[in-house]
Amino acid sequence: MAPSLYACYCMLGGRRMDSNIALTMRGICMTFPGVKALDNVDFTLKKGEIRALMGENGAGKSTLIKCLTGVNKFEAGEIYVDGIEGPIVNKDTMDAQKKGISTVYQEVNLCPNLSVAENLFIGREPLTKLHTVNRRKMNAMASELMKSLELDIDVTQNLENYSLALQQMIAIARAVDMKSKVLILDEPTSSLDDNEVEKLFDMMRKLRDQGVGIIFVTHFLEQVYAVCDGITVLRNGTLVGEYSVEELPRVKLVAAMMGKDFDDLSSIKPEGIKDFKDVPLEIEAKGLSHAGKIKPFDLDIHKGEVVGLTGLLGSGRSELARAIYGADRAQTGTLKVDGKEVKIKAPIDAMNLGMGLLPDDRKAEGIIGDMSVRENIVLAMQAKQGMFKKIPMAKQNEIADKFIEMLQIKTASKETLIKQLSGGNQQKVILARWLATEPDFLILDEPTRGIDIGTKTEIQKLVIKLAEEGKSVIFISSEIEEMLRTCNRMAVLRDGQKVGEIGTDEMTQEGVMHAIAGGEHHE
Amino acid sequence: MKKLKIGGNNILLLITIVLFIAMYAMGCIVYADKGFTHLQTFLNVLINNAGLICVAAGTTCVMLTGGIDISVGSLVAMDCMILAVGIEHKGMSSITLMILILLIGLVFGCVQGFLIAYLKIQPFIATMAGMFFARGMTAVIETDQVSITSDKIFVAISNAKAKIPFGIGAYTNKKGVLQIPYVRPTVIVALLVVVVIYLMLKYTKFGRSIYAVGGNQTSATLMGLNVAKTTMMTYVLASVLCSIGGICYCLNTMCGTTTQALGFEMDAISSAVIGGTLLTGGVGNIVGTLFGVLINGTISTLVKSNGKLISSWANIITAILLCFFILLQAIFAKIRENKKA
Amino acid sequence: MNSIKKITKMKLFLPIFSMILVMLLNVIYDIACGNPPLSFFQIATQVTSSGNTVLFGRLIDVLNRGSEVAILAIGMTLVVSASAGTDISVGSVMSLAGGMCCMLLAGYGVTNVSEYKVPLVVGILAGVALAVVCGIFNGFLVAYLHIQPMVATLILWSAGRAVGLLLCNSAIVYVRVPSFQFLGSYCGMIPTPILVAALCILVAALVLKFTAVGTFIQAVGINRKAARISGFNSSKIILMCYAICGLCAGIAGIVATSRIYSADTNNIGLNMELDAILAVALGGNSLGGGKFSLAGSIIGAYTIQAITTTLYALKVSSAQAPVYKAIVVILIVVIQSQPVKDYFKKLSSKKAAVKGAN
Repeated sequence: MAPSLYACYCMLGGRRMDSNIALTMRGICMTFPGVKALDNVDFTLKKGEIRALMGENGAGKSTLIKCLTGVNKFEAGEIYVDGIEGPIVNKDTMDAQKKGISTVYQEVNLCPNLSVAENLFIGREPLTKLHTVNRRKMNAMASELMKSLELDIDVTQNLENYSLALQQMIAIARAVDMKSKVLILDEPTSSLDDNEVEKLFDMMRKLRDQGVGIIFVTHFLEQVYAVCDGITVLRNGTLVGEYSVEELPRVKLVAAMMGKDFDDLSSIKPEGIKDFKDVPLEIEAKGLSHAGKIKPFDLDIHKGEVVGLTGLLGSGRSELARAIYGADRAQTGTLKVDGKEVKIKAPIDAMNLGMGLLPDDRKAEGIIGDMSVRENIVLAMQAKQGMFKKIPMAKQNEIADKFIEMLQIKTASKETLIKQLSGGNQQKVILARWLATEPDFLILDEPTRGIDIGTKTEIQKLVIKLAEEGKSVIFISSEIEEMLRTCNRMAVLRDGQKVGEIGTDEMTQEGVMHAIAGGEHHE
Repeated sequence: MKKLKIGGNNILLLITIVLFIAMYAMGCIVYADKGFTHLQTFLNVLINNAGLICVAAGTTCVMLTGGIDISVGSLVAMDCMILAVGIEHKGMSSITLMILILLIGLVFGCVQGFLIAYLKIQPFIATMAGMFFARGMTAVIETDQVSITSDKIFVAISNAKAKIPFGIGAYTNKKGVLQIPYVRPTVIVALLVVVVIYLMLKYTKFGRSIYAVGGNQTSATLMGLNVAKTTMMTYVLASVLCSIGGICYCLNTMCGTTTQALGFEMDAISSAVIGGTLLTGGVGNIVGTLFGVLINGTISTLVKSNGKLISSWANIITAILLCFFILLQAIFAKIRENKKA
Repeated sequence: MNSIKKITKMKLFLPIFSMILVMLLNVIYDIACGNPPLSFFQIATQVTSSGNTVLFGRLIDVLNRGSEVAILAIGMTLVVSASAGTDISVGSVMSLAGGMCCMLLAGYGVTNVSEYKVPLVVGILAGVALAVVCGIFNGFLVAYLHIQPMVATLILWSAGRAVGLLLCNSAIVYVRVPSFQFLGSYCGMIPTPILVAALCILVAALVLKFTAVGTFIQAVGINRKAARISGFNSSKIILMCYAICGLCAGIAGIVATSRIYSADTNNIGLNMELDAILAVALGGNSLGGGKFSLAGSIIGAYTIQAITTTLYALKVSSAQAPVYKAIVVILIVVIQSQPVKDYFKKLSSKKAAVKGAN
């Protein structure tokens, strides 16, 4: 690897970075098998700056963060941190922390069973002469630290007694007390309410004023504009741009995140505008909700209709679909399938009504890793048949062969373990699993995430074909053009609430982005 | 004045203590004629369970890290056999043997700890192997029962009585002889172990690391603790405590047999669970374990005092209690989960 | 070189390899002792005290004595696969089932009978049914209350044997009726336990082959969340596994009781849970759940018995045998452990690199 110009420049006396810069990343490249996760990405963070790192799923945000904290090993590029000479390479998160880079995750990485003070000081506790932990001193130090951050917390209480918001702030306090120069907040607000978010923002501003550089990863647009000074946008592993907040209003940000490059749409867009008014309903949801995740919503889906759910990640688009499918318990409201009111207690009930759900988290909820491609394909079909009526091996092979052929799944054989396949092919196998059950209504949650362009088009074509056969589909995607191509109608979600629907005639990139971004006219 | 915090886990400990007091009070009322009210009966519970207290202390520490150690019962049997054979057949001094036993515990713990912490073998399997090994070694050393009678020091320690001063709990029996309650030296050792472990868990870096590892291993690693080392040291500690417990146990039984201390590991685990230690790790307290052992001991004393009940009732009652506490823990876990959501 | 790699990667490599190793040991021992080299495999006939001609030999002994562990291993395999935990109560439940059966056959408080109080079938069914109830209790705690399998089964580990003692009034209940001994003695020339075990294995194998039960259990064991989304009722499946494990423990308990025509509650099934777990591990199954191989577990069960029998042949007493068992366990788990595997992988890749450089 040839040293970059920047590195040369550093060696030739320009060693010290601009004293105003907390962190610089230059030309970071990183590939996962088959996918270029980061392609020559630059990132700069000033001291006393809060910079939002934005991008949809698969844009490379978390990969970039992981490269910075030493979780991932990047292939090319350099990282410079204020106060340390030359490029640094972190072995692991501990190493990164020693160099002044701390991360606070969404799921708080502290010990819930220890006191607040201990969580702040474990590993570096003040000791007495007998080399035992000086609890009194530790508690005093902790109290002082809490006071300096204007947090009213009894440090002797166990961490688990405090709300997630306070736990997060305690985690931040720990990072700050360890003299962090760069603080990474990875979706810290996902589980906080408005009040708590405001408290967190106060704290962030305070730290900014003390000269800490903060990288703020979030999906909530409002929050970006409420607290950030700058925005860096990534898309598909490349840098879209580094902006200040003023030069990037909401719609432009959404456009930057989602990409505006239209490709040839007409080739697969269904002919003309279909009128579904006279087509019977497949799904009729009234006041359906999921406690704490989705506010009550109504949604009708006609037979043969593709309805897109759009909104940013975390807006509740997945949760809405899951509420219909009964994937998570505790839903309220009524649901009619094919005109009959139904109660769905578990996914199997939904399946027996002809539904299928392709979950967005392929690894956690999709694949059964240690099973073969064949077994994964016939899985849902087998579940519907019950455990005592085994699908004969000949039929299993037939089905597996059929779908491997039809979806062009690239696998050494149908007996290959699914975990050995690439992400795209795994996705096709899960898709095959649902197609094998011959569903009337299919929910596809991010079916094209992390999949190459060719396969994407195939899946989109498949969705349209299914609709033509009279099947209803809910299609969820982060890419607007993909939705525009496949959907007859779109429902828009924001902050766990369905805020509107867009009919075929209004479905344009601009229109959808405005709907997603929302709130612009308030400012 | 520090406010008393009552969280889910403190409630568990509180329930344990209340249960013990209630159980003992019931014994005092129902079996007053059998001397249940005498201090000595209580002290006998301690004397009979001194070994178990030491062993359970070690088990508690292991459970706090989220692990398990089922080798302790066999290790106690092996310790007893080494003492018995060493004294009776080889004519070695009991002091040398005790030091030897502590060293064996150390090595034993190191091996188990290494397998678990560094080779990532499941604690259950690794300590099961340890269990087989120790039990088998006991038989390799000697298959017959060996009683200890010839070592003067050992016999003296075993028979020594530490009388309770100031006439507390003293009474005159039916023959009119003044009885002064006493404990054996083993009880003092056991209580000392409890105090030392209590302080260690609360006031040393190592002790707090044990809780951190049990609370959340990923977090502990991210906070810069050496998880593997802490885990290994905990197993070493458990085996050493088990050796101390073995010596106490032997001072009580004064013999070595191959079937000694069968099921001791489960007694230790159930004592810890009843005492409020979670098997998932991170939550628990040595004081709770002490009361867990006392509850176990009181149950068997109650069953014995009844006279008509067969001894297996003690096991059944313990199992019911265990079930009760496990359900309680499950309920508290659920409440906590709901609170978070 | 490649073919060796292929063989070692086979699913049943580990259990079969250890089985062969044990047999080889026997052959070497026999040669050393001057016996015919294959005396381990020799099957002779022998006339018993009751005048029957029966099969006899070390191999028969292994198959006979290994029956209970083999039966237990079936249930344990399923439990481990579905719930990533072990059922440590099986030994106690065995004893409980035996106690229940004998208590009914002899009547409560009677310790020695020569005729049945209730028909034999009732006694056996009651014993087995009680065991299934125990299994369901364990399963409920694990599947619905989300209690760690080991802790959940600890309750019955402690209570099972104790209740058994209670049923038998703390005594050894002898049922001296020939038909009761049938299950533990001989059926024609072949020891009946072998047939019982064979029948259990056959049923299990057929069920796994001709229904999708195996797929259901493994899917839940590998990825419970994904299995749920795909329409499996994970909790029900886990409960079922524990119930089956209870059933196996019941059958094994009846066989063990029949062997000694008495309910020796203190000793029946003692430490049997450990052997069963060991059989599963020896069978190359991960105790972390997921994919399982029943054949592996069964081979593992008989391997354990073969080790024990070999040790007896080597004049090692039954009390001392665990030492060797421990060494075997350690060797197997260490070889299987991830860090050791990684180390060897690194070593071999280094070797390959050196070769490449040359």
